[in-house]
Amino acid sequence: MHIVIVGNGISGITAARFIRKRSDFKITIISSESKHFYSRTALMYIYMGHMRFEDTKPYEDWFWEKNRIDLIQSRVESIDFNSKTLSLDSENPMAYDKLILALGSKPNKFGWPGQDLQGVGGLYHIQDLERMESFSKGLQKAVVVGGGLIGIEMAEMFKSRNIDVSMIVRETDYWNNVLPAEESKMISKHIKEHHIDLNLGVNLGEIIDDGTGKASAVTIKETGERIECGFVGLTAGVSPNVHFLKDSNLEIERGIVVNNYLETNQKDVYAIGDCAQLSDPKPGRRNIEAVWYTGRMMGETVAYTITGTPIGYDPGIWFNSAKFLDIEYQVYGDVRNQIPEDQKTFYWEHADGNKSIRLNFEKESNIITGFNLMGIRFRHEVCEKWIKNRTHIDEVVSNLKLANFDPEFFRKNEAAFVSAFNKAFGKSLRLTSNGRLNKVLSFLKS
Amino acid sequence: MMKTIQNFGLGLFIIALIVFTAMLGLGHQKLSKSNIGISNEFHKNAILASASELGILDKELSNVAFIPKVKEAIKKASLQLEEQAKISIPDGVNEWDYKLGSWKNSEYLSLMVKNSAHGPVQNNPMLFFFLTFGLAILGGLMFIVPKFNSSPGIKNDGIYHNPLTRGLKFNAKMLFLIPTIIGVIVYGFFKYQNYFWPLVTFVLIGLISLLVFFREKSKDNSPPRSSSPIHTGWLGVIAGLYLTGFYILLYWAPSYINNWISMVNPISESLSGNEASNWFLYGLMYSIIVIVMGVRMMSKYRHNKYQRIRTWSVMFFQTAFAFLIPEILVRLNQPWFDFKNIWPLDYDFFFKYNIQELTSSGSLGIFMLVWGIVLIILGVPIMTYFFGKRWYCSWVCGCGGLAETMGDPFRQNSDKSLRAWKYERWIIHGVLLAAIIMTSMVLYHYFTGKNMLFGFNTENVKSWYGFLIGAGFSGVVGTGFYPVMGNRTWCRFGCPLAAYFGLIQKYKSRFRITTNGGQCISCGNCSTYCEMGIDVRHYAQRGQDIVRASCVGCGVCSAVCPRGVLKLENGSADISSRADTLRAIHITENDIKLLV
Repeated sequence: MHIVIVGNGISGITAARFIRKRSDFKITIISSESKHFYSRTALMYIYMGHMRFEDTKPYEDWFWEKNRIDLIQSRVESIDFNSKTLSLDSENPMAYDKLILALGSKPNKFGWPGQDLQGVGGLYHIQDLERMESFSKGLQKAVVVGGGLIGIEMAEMFKSRNIDVSMIVRETDYWNNVLPAEESKMISKHIKEHHIDLNLGVNLGEIIDDGTGKASAVTIKETGERIECGFVGLTAGVSPNVHFLKDSNLEIERGIVVNNYLETNQKDVYAIGDCAQLSDPKPGRRNIEAVWYTGRMMGETVAYTITGTPIGYDPGIWFNSAKFLDIEYQVYGDVRNQIPEDQKTFYWEHADGNKSIRLNFEKESNIITGFNLMGIRFRHEVCEKWIKNRTHIDEVVSNLKLANFDPEFFRKNEAAFVSAFNKAFGKSLRLTSNGRLNKVLSFLKS
Repeated sequence: MMKTIQNFGLGLFIIALIVFTAMLGLGHQKLSKSNIGISNEFHKNAILASASELGILDKELSNVAFIPKVKEAIKKASLQLEEQAKISIPDGVNEWDYKLGSWKNSEYLSLMVKNSAHGPVQNNPMLFFFLTFGLAILGGLMFIVPKFNSSPGIKNDGIYHNPLTRGLKFNAKMLFLIPTIIGVIVYGFFKYQNYFWPLVTFVLIGLISLLVFFREKSKDNSPPRSSSPIHTGWLGVIAGLYLTGFYILLYWAPSYINNWISMVNPISESLSGNEASNWFLYGLMYSIIVIVMGVRMMSKYRHNKYQRIRTWSVMFFQTAFAFLIPEILVRLNQPWFDFKNIWPLDYDFFFKYNIQELTSSGSLGIFMLVWGIVLIILGVPIMTYFFGKRWYCSWVCGCGGLAETMGDPFRQNSDKSLRAWKYERWIIHGVLLAAIIMTSMVLYHYFTGKNMLFGFNTENVKSWYGFLIGAGFSGVVGTGFYPVMGNRTWCRFGCPLAAYFGLIQKYKSRFRITTNGGQCISCGNCSTYCEMGIDVRHYAQRGQDIVRASCVGCGVCSAVCPRGVLKLENGSADISSRADTLRAIHITENDIKLLV
């Protein structure tokens, strides 16, 4: 049995590793981007000088040969699903018995004038980083278009090299299409405190050619304001990297359509990670979730299915995390920017304006539904268990110390949170658990 | 403005470093009958006679020209007295008061160099102290303090763009390491005129390499992570050479740095009442560096209270316990004693002279002896059971204190390859074994008075251990290699006390680094900034709690994690199952258990 995996990001690599753990199948991974797996999320740290490219590789280079995982650096030009063959740009065609498509994403471009000029690009691949690097020498000013997670990363990258940054963000507050208003405002403020010129509620007009095919300025659509710059980062989200398969028999909408077993409409062909679009996502979940964690889970799931233990994809309770400059962000469960009708929310913010805790719960039953944290770390397993067990908000609040995951000696905020909560809801809850590790573990086992 | 102050501070620091280096060439040595400083009349006269023969008496010579001549004069005097003794020894004089034994050589050399030195440094020690230590402290603080103005948070920007901190290519590293090891051992051969132990050392190094490559199959793990092509930072090379050279002079040729020692004389005299030695110079420098670079730690990690408290702790223990208290004890006519130093790091604790000094110093001396033993057999295991080795290694220890302050800019240069880990385990446990064997032999000699055990001379074993491990490994390589192999080179590969702590931490401790469910994004910040070369990410990305013998609990992995995944914790529950290697990251369907 020959398993071919196209794409060596987290989902493709996780699939390969789990297939290897569970079988002796021949495994080949094809990627045109890099020979070895590296952590895409760490690209920014290479630019900022925190790490070298080598340090972003989770496994040493000998790992792959030792685990009999063949790596081929080549681009897949087309796939013949009938003869089960891939055509590659630098190798002979390759036959597969089962094919896993883990193609990832590419940065969105919305047809802006000048979007294909030199000095314009997103941040997704190593090649994008190399482009940024090649334009950074002597760069005075950069513009970042888009207010998502990659936009803020790009702004931070440029700032680390003392390059001025303007952000053009469609939303009225940073990432408020995802974050609730208070958190979104906190981040907007934090961005401005870092001397990043944050333009909210505006769109990119055009990118202006300097006459040699290079970007030299952008205009803001609404105001016509012109911002001179030597680089334009496009970070208005990503979409599945599936264009080269558009004309094939594979069913593609935005992404490659897969059922709950991550199977496509073609026999023995699976799709996972950013490029997969679930035909029947779980309630409250999007059909494409381009995040690290879901990619990893899909890789694991497909490996079980391929090795003879078919498992339906279950992403579990939603969680995510990010870091906005110096503020860490974690979310567990259902926390939307607009609180749904049947939910209540309680938001507490530290006086320093850089930390907050938000708990969402059902209006009728007072069952916890979600946690949103800024600048405070919570335990994944504890939050997940409370949500899974449909725990009453009062019990969550009184045991909040069990969830805290901040480093030792950090000032604890649970007491302040509880008293604010009591005040808001006229309750008299008291903190019971002390939050020591043994207590946490016995709670998790209970 | 901030940048200007910082650059000015950097300028002051560079001036201080230049003065510090150049001042070694100042002044001259002029040996005379009156300033030789040796009280034994036979030795004094014999040395004066041979010095006169060699034409160095009452003559101005540079320090560098003077020292070899003095060595020669002492040697000649020794031979001459030896000959004389064969003929006759004056009545009522002990043979060993008359003969000049070779163990006196370095003491006399340093006395003669010290007493015959003349020049601007001796005339104006405090001026030079200000021009070197003073300017360096001032410049350092001017560079560091403005950093308190920037926003708190992890600031690792540009570390891999900086020629001082970016580390060395694998080959360049080997070019440092291999000649240093060979050089130290060959020097030891000449120093002790003994081929046996140098040869044994070479054989052991070869044996460890064979074990790592073949028994542990590291041959298959090629190429190791560390051999990835990166650039070599030229400033790191210079810093490495400077530090290595400093340690070589400090340990093995202190007479050549006599001007530095003279410079700190007034401070030593005001503290203990004694003249400064190379060890006083080192202790003073060490404490000042830990304090100034401790301030830097405070600025860098001021958002992180664990780091702040820990840094205060190492600053305190170094300054008070390792430096001031011992000096004050000496002033009070008590033994020099560092209450926080623990055998086998404190490898001479059971040496005859130490036991004798302690047992003859009244009840305080006895207390010191008992305290030292209690720390070894109760303090270490009990504290490590509750808190892990970090209570010592990154809160109390002097070596750790330097590594966590001066060494912090170099923490990323530790080798994270699996092969390095394999080397680490063989070497550090080998050193622990060597320390135990050496100490047993020393104690055997102490209690029986016999010099030979299993055909080995206990004195030779003792001095070779002191030379190779006590000076060569912990100092020259351990600290000299900060820019080359990271700030914990000694702690990771060599410290026998760390090995002892590590065994307890690994098999019987509540300490671990917990990981936060599935939140890891495998970015690698934790592994990159682990000074002990632990591949933290390997564990974090699979949600496995980390129980590693080498972890010193510095907490930086947790501090640099952008997603809140790591936390240092103490708790005994489920430690073996949560640290299990086959823990899977996230299995969601109920019918799938942990992957086995």
